[in-house]
Amino acid sequence: MLVQLNGKNVELAAEITTVRELLQSYQLQEKIVIVERNGEIVDRTRYEETPVADGDRIEIVHFVGGG
Amino acid sequence: MDTLKIGPYEFRSRLLLGTGKFPDLDIQDKAVAASEAEILTFAIRRLNLENPHEPNFLEKLDLKKFTLLPNTAGAYTAEEAVRIARLAKASGLCDMIKVEVIGDPKTLLPDPIGTLEASRILVEEGFIVLTYTNDDPILAKHLQEAGVHAVMPGASPIGSGQGIINENNLRFIIEDAKVPVIVDAGIGSPADCAKAMELGADGVLLNTAVALADNPVLMAEAMKLGVEAGRKGFLAGRIAKKRYASASSPTEGMIE
Repeated sequence: MLVQLNGKNVELAAEITTVRELLQSYQLQEKIVIVERNGEIVDRTRYEETPVADGDRIEIVHFVGGG
Repeated sequence: MDTLKIGPYEFRSRLLLGTGKFPDLDIQDKAVAASEAEILTFAIRRLNLENPHEPNFLEKLDLKKFTLLPNTAGAYTAEEAVRIARLAKASGLCDMIKVEVIGDPKTLLPDPIGTLEASRILVEEGFIVLTYTNDDPILAKHLQEAGVHAVMPGASPIGSGQGIINENNLRFIIEDAKVPVIVDAGIGSPADCAKAMELGADGVLLNTAVALADNPVLMAEAMKLGVEAGRKGFLAGRIAKKRYASASSPTEGMIE
């Protein structure tokens, strides 16, 4: 499955079907990140039931130093 | 107790510190402690998925001790700013937002129209809105009518260290303000902090002047003291300026 992840085309393993599994594949489950899927923010309580589908545009963002 | 009240929040410190450009996380940690700042700004950016576990300052922080003020830096339109603000709030860590809509990459001066538009939308969505704005008294008025919780006029361009360029405009903004006025951007030295506070500002937000100082930790403390000195000076009420001298020692009882 091909998705656009943080602006890059990424081929995801077949077993990744939800946002939660996507975050787990990068070991991000404990990190403070925010996920946007096709322009919509994914609520943190809904990672498990939110699907990841072919062609999705996904953003994973976080807090960085800034003024 | 002299506190800074922004929306529902109350702070002892009147120095707000940015978290960008520090030489390393250890120095940053010590500088934050030395500043005694309670509000720290952050930016929202894509996670680097090629190195998602690189050290991150937020993860070092005791989040019970600080209030996070994410910014919408990088936004050139109201839509972009609103999108970033919503992402920041979705972290569940904060509901304050520093609205920043830039109009030009060279000066990084705010786009007044986009700034007002984004502020209005985010106030309606229930954010606690602190808006980075030009030192324009009329725009500050419009922002307050839109319901922002603090106006943050720049002293001079972001990161320039030029200090307060238009003291007169800042004074106009402060005199008419019904919400806290936080001088944000362009601060170069502790004297600039003191000056802003003496003018009657409610707080100062700075980043580069500490992060890129030769000794950021010492400068963080100096800025804290500058803010405190200026605040106390403002509350104490300075004397009026006079053209001629006025002797401090008695003129009577001179030895003849």
